[in-house]
Amino acid sequence: MLEIKNLIVQIEDKRILNGLNLTVNKGEVAAIMGPNGSGKSTLSYVIAGKEDYEVLDGEILLNGENVLEMEPDQRAAAGVFLAFQYPLEIPGVASMTFLKATLNAQRKARGEAELTTPDFIKRVNAAATQLEIPKDMLKRALNVGFSGGEKKRMEILQMALLQPSFCILDETDSGLDIDALRIVSEGVNALRSSDRAFLVITHYQRLLNYIVPDTVHVMSSGRIVKTGGKELALELEANGYADYRDSEAA
Amino acid sequence: MPAVQETIDQVRLIDVDQYKYGFETEVEMEKSPKGLSEDVIRFISAKKGEPEWMLQWRLDAYKRWLTMKEPAWARVSYDKIDYNDIYYYAAPKKNQAPKSLDEVDPEILKTYEKLGIPLREQEILAGVEPQRRVAVDAVFDSVSVATTFKEELAKAGVIFMPISEAIREYPDLVRQYMGSVVPVTDNFFATLNSAVFTDGSFVYIPPGVRCPMELSTYFRINEKNTGQFERTLIIADKGSYVSYLEGCTAPKRDENQLHAAVVELIALDDAEIKYSTVQNWYPGDAQGKGGIYNFVTKRGDCRGKNSVITWTQVETGSAITWKYPSCILRGDNSRGEFYSIAVSNGMQQVDSGTKMIHLGKNTTSRIISKGIAAGRSENTYRGLVSAHRKATGARNFTNCDSLLIGNQCGAHTVPYIESKNATAVFEHEATTSKISEDQMFYCQQRGLSEEEATALIVNGFVKDVLQHLPMEFAVEAQKLISISLEGSVG
Repeated sequence: MLEIKNLIVQIEDKRILNGLNLTVNKGEVAAIMGPNGSGKSTLSYVIAGKEDYEVLDGEILLNGENVLEMEPDQRAAAGVFLAFQYPLEIPGVASMTFLKATLNAQRKARGEAELTTPDFIKRVNAAATQLEIPKDMLKRALNVGFSGGEKKRMEILQMALLQPSFCILDETDSGLDIDALRIVSEGVNALRSSDRAFLVITHYQRLLNYIVPDTVHVMSSGRIVKTGGKELALELEANGYADYRDSEAA
Repeated sequence: MPAVQETIDQVRLIDVDQYKYGFETEVEMEKSPKGLSEDVIRFISAKKGEPEWMLQWRLDAYKRWLTMKEPAWARVSYDKIDYNDIYYYAAPKKNQAPKSLDEVDPEILKTYEKLGIPLREQEILAGVEPQRRVAVDAVFDSVSVATTFKEELAKAGVIFMPISEAIREYPDLVRQYMGSVVPVTDNFFATLNSAVFTDGSFVYIPPGVRCPMELSTYFRINEKNTGQFERTLIIADKGSYVSYLEGCTAPKRDENQLHAAVVELIALDDAEIKYSTVQNWYPGDAQGKGGIYNFVTKRGDCRGKNSVITWTQVETGSAITWKYPSCILRGDNSRGEFYSIAVSNGMQQVDSGTKMIHLGKNTTSRIISKGIAAGRSENTYRGLVSAHRKATGARNFTNCDSLLIGNQCGAHTVPYIESKNATAVFEHEATTSKISEDQMFYCQQRGLSEEEATALIVNGFVKDVLQHLPMEFAVEAQKLISISLEGSVG
């Protein structure tokens, strides 16, 4: 599904990713853990195509296609979805309007017919009910005045609606209380399927109790330094990242 | 916002050349001699078959104008205008007082068809889709070429006709009100207009009448080197209501053309006037060559108690816009509103805003202004809110937001607030923001192209104002805004 080879990335002359290699297979849920500043968020932005980053070397293949040559919206249409750590506010644009515009833009880019309004509303309502999103929230301007939990639920709602094949969750657990964490995780789990892959970026093991990963990667200084099963997360929780920091220094 | 998709489709249809109204109509014209003199004014007055008092009024204005200086306080710059290098009158030859649409030059009818302005009533009436009916007065250069739905309006007692006709047919009404809101001596451009105005619309709504349809004037500058000096006068008598729309376009030309209009609104007791403008004069090319100088004086007088005047404007065109639709809140409990979207791109310069002058007791006003600057344009909001010493209980709320696209444009806000009455409450809010790269990335990550993302964010930004426009206009305006911003990103 996703294959990253020897990725070297810098921002304003500061190197963030140093020859990162990573493979995520279809149907897999891969977690990336690591200390602050290890390059986790950069990785998610580079996959999604944010402009500020300069890719010096390496490639990112999604189903064999090099996504580095695509615009962010083309990547989205190809199936890349990034659930933002800090979702952006779009004043004056109702959430419903935003959802419809994005869904239809993607469908158009893929050569599919636009959804009719009743069809669209049916889909939104189904997804919203599952995420316990009240209807009036859909009428409000996107993310404007939303609580942290509401914003994260709105991200997952978009994910459910757009049905991407490769989902990146960037610190989705940050700022969530226990109830919101449960709702969001259930929303994500409902989307797990054999032809969809997830990259779950987090500091803490806590989220992985809810979204149980198939593999866990430890990231440090812009590289994957260790890969294991879900038990690796527990180990990190117990011992911290100290071991990996030392290996950097060495 | 169902029109977002439509907006985007519309944007796609447009080629590099963004201004789609830039075509020229081939029609034989009759013009006054070039330049400005007493003789030219006499020529215009004679062409219009005006009574002597009107000619005198014009000549007085001209004498006054000769002593005046062009204002220089606006934040705009342009080469000196040679007022003797302009034709002040240009009219299609075949259009000598057409009695019906059949007598109007078919080339001109075609022009309006191309612009999407329905002039043929029967076509509107026979339309498969039950369109909302709008009565249209079409002004082509210096003359009104057609006014629709005259009979039906007459049944309701509404007078809607070219002002040149009203001067002949309703001289008392015209004499009573013309110049009573914008005096002949008001300002350089208004005085010039008073001397040489050629056509425009006249509206009178009798007491207690709710005008049965929207009234609309469509202004088209076609001829080269001409100025358009229209004059519009709207009177809403006691307890009446009217909604009036105005649209404007011009062909693409390398020279600048002058448009100096005067609009006067008068609302008597309990009357309401809604005046909406979609201004899309040719803005000039990307290098700032050509385009219309839009130097306009618009003012409404809430003369009666409880009267209401609402200005809504969507300004996307013109090389330079100098325009401050204002309200004089004379009647007690009267209300003035100003809703504005001003979009500038390329080398456009906008200096626009409003004046709310509170004279009566418990008068209220509301200003919502949204400026969007892109390209290398300069976009200034200039507004005055003042309370006279007798304006007990005056209230104003102003919200003035600017949005910048790119880093070569400028947005400026120049509010003047004066209160001579201690009970007056004036509030002013202002923000300036940029479409952030993060917002753009977020939208693109969800599948919107750069253009689509900009259109969506901008439409969200102007939403508060768009909802004050009549429905068809709102959709049109939304498209227009996106088109005007075409090519502003990237």
